[in-house]
Amino acid sequence: MDLRALFKDAGLAAFVAFMLALPMVGFQTVDVSGGVGLTVVTRFGDVAISVALVFVGRLALSLLHHPSWRLPILLVSAALALGLLVVKTPYPVITWLTVLASAVIAVRAAWLVFDLSGVIDRDEGNRLGDAAAFIGRWFGPVFVLFAVIFPFLPTTSRYLLDLGILVLTYVMLGWGLNVVVGLAGLLDLGYVAFYAVGAYSYAIIARDFGLSFWACLPLAGLFAAFFGVILGFPVLRLRGDYLAIVTLGFGEIIRIVLLNWGSFSGGPNGISGVPRPSFLGMPFHPNPPEGTTSFHQFFNIDFSAEHRIVFLYYLILILALITNSFTLRIRKLPIGRAWEALREDEIACRALGINPTNTKLTAFAIGAMFAGFAGAFFATRQGFISPESFSFIESAVILAIVVLGGMGSQIGVVLAAVLLIGIPEFFRELAQFRMLAFGAAMVGIMIWRPRGLLAHREPSVRLPDAAGARR
Amino acid sequence: MEYFLQQLINGLTLGAIYGLIAIGYTMVYGIIGMINFAHGEVYMIGAFISIITFIVLGLIGVTFIPLALMVVLLSAMVFTAAYGWTVERVAYGPLRGSFRLAPLISAIGMSLFLQNYVQLVQGARVKPMQPVVTGGFEFFQGGGFTVRLSYIQIIIVVLTVALMVGFTFLIQRTALGRAQRACEQDMGMAALVGVDVNRTISLTFVMGAMLAAVAGMMVTLYYGVIDFFIGFLAGVKAFTAAVLGGIGSLPGAMLGGLLIGLIEAFWSAYFSVEYKDVAVFVILVLTLIFKPTGLLGKPDIEKV
Repeated sequence: MDLRALFKDAGLAAFVAFMLALPMVGFQTVDVSGGVGLTVVTRFGDVAISVALVFVGRLALSLLHHPSWRLPILLVSAALALGLLVVKTPYPVITWLTVLASAVIAVRAAWLVFDLSGVIDRDEGNRLGDAAAFIGRWFGPVFVLFAVIFPFLPTTSRYLLDLGILVLTYVMLGWGLNVVVGLAGLLDLGYVAFYAVGAYSYAIIARDFGLSFWACLPLAGLFAAFFGVILGFPVLRLRGDYLAIVTLGFGEIIRIVLLNWGSFSGGPNGISGVPRPSFLGMPFHPNPPEGTTSFHQFFNIDFSAEHRIVFLYYLILILALITNSFTLRIRKLPIGRAWEALREDEIACRALGINPTNTKLTAFAIGAMFAGFAGAFFATRQGFISPESFSFIESAVILAIVVLGGMGSQIGVVLAAVLLIGIPEFFRELAQFRMLAFGAAMVGIMIWRPRGLLAHREPSVRLPDAAGARR
Repeated sequence: MEYFLQQLINGLTLGAIYGLIAIGYTMVYGIIGMINFAHGEVYMIGAFISIITFIVLGLIGVTFIPLALMVVLLSAMVFTAAYGWTVERVAYGPLRGSFRLAPLISAIGMSLFLQNYVQLVQGARVKPMQPVVTGGFEFFQGGGFTVRLSYIQIIIVVLTVALMVGFTFLIQRTALGRAQRACEQDMGMAALVGVDVNRTISLTFVMGAMLAAVAGMMVTLYYGVIDFFIGFLAGVKAFTAAVLGGIGSLPGAMLGGLLIGLIEAFWSAYFSVEYKDVAVFVILVLTLIFKPTGLLGKPDIEKV
């Protein structure tokens, strides 16, 4: 073992860390108190700690190549991670960083010590993905059942119910985007544009023509799909990475237009007073207008504001489940198979007579349609929409859900939505780190498991007796 | 006429900045065929490092402005280069040969990460800076309108031209430039004849980051305000410039940058300021639909 080379390597990493941290971490720009302009405060301590962390971490990671060092490193890093979790220090950020770094090293060490590479493999024989598919198949109904009885659980508060609605909205968006990204392999960075089209078309139709939510829901989906087609038609011939940038551009165009076309969309103030949905024509209102029976009167129960929330919860649950079953079924149809084939090899598909533009266009339109439904739901739930809700960050979050969950994996999307949307709500003090963690996770997942956390690639077609032949 | 001339000057200045960023996109695309989505953030970091260096120089009492500009330029280029290098090593290097969307998704993740990192360590507030270089020439005083060519605009254009000359020399005449052109043509073959491909790619990112850092410094000097979010729009516009000029072509990137700068300036002046970003996006879409190879690009032959 060449200790000198190891130290040199770690020293180099520490030097790079120093170069990165010195200007950005070492000096913080702050407003001059009581004056104009900026001044800087120094944080050289933080720079020193970051550099030391990188040095030690890099050294530990290199030492993991030598079997005799693995167990001690595992013990030390695990102890450090757990210890700092318990002990309170005055430097929360540095502590969290240390915990995270030692946890990563500990996992990596445990990986090598216990030889876990067979459990989670990069390639086929992907047991984690298989397990997810198994869970999805056998426990899917259990999850759905849980989702159905969730509002009536004694532990469910109004807050949890709202959170459930939020998570389900993202599950639905994730499933919708999964059609585009996961199945057809088209990277859409402007998905939120269709969400916006759905939301605004409901709000504007309801405002100008007085149609109800139920009449507007299909219209919103139709409009969004229509936008998907007209936006998709010129650009779908482009290669994957160009397509990503162009969809990003479209997303921004729609947002800027909504922001500036005040007479149509209300501009930055948005549209308020979007009508609430009704249940079979019965509004959720304590004093319904003349001639209508409200929900609580019909069922002869006391009025409660929670009825509407529960109703919205079921509404989005049903919408999400429709998206899911639609996707699962269309995958088995020729068009679904064409999507997946196109994702794998466009040239081969063309040689087989699949029209790539039409095939991509259907994927684009169907994905957009679900976003439109979700958008209409969003508008009716919030009662207020503005362009602010449809920024690029929103697209990035939905994409992160799809990517982290495993492109093409339906259960993965649910898991990722719960992880990325649900869990952060409980750690509000860490909210500022949320997008930072999203970004880091996207990079990490691409390096570690490029097909996503629960990537499972179920063959669309299997030869009759090939099932047994698969190892 | 005076108004037109003023917009021409403004547009060319803006275009020089976009062009410098666009070179980073086009070089990376030429060599590894991916869109470095995080390049706009690298530019943003360059702007932050410039503003920080300016303030630190002010605090330690450097008042001679040419010296200050030189120090800021060097510091921005060196420290931003470290970011460019790290981004490549962390987010793209391990993904070489992975499936085609992987580097792009990783780049988007990196972009989100850098944006929020800067927001965390430097704060979300807009960072204003007092003008360092003031004054300029005034001429053509006609019709109550004065055409102004400020010193800072001259500095920007001269610096851009100097960088372009140096850069062309680097690509055409040096061993590194030769290695880069070899990798661009055929990475496997270049490796076989002894080109260190990984090193060449790393240095490509470093060079792109340095040019982006210069652009960041220029923006800091020119507009005097930056925040952590400037990288997003500038990145998309510079990418549009790279596509318009023909992605993979270095003169094309500069040409595209100038065109985008001019279009933006004239659009804001004669049509509407609100929709100037829409105009740029529309150009991107139109270029990709009707002339995907751009103005100076080579046709991209897809091999099976």
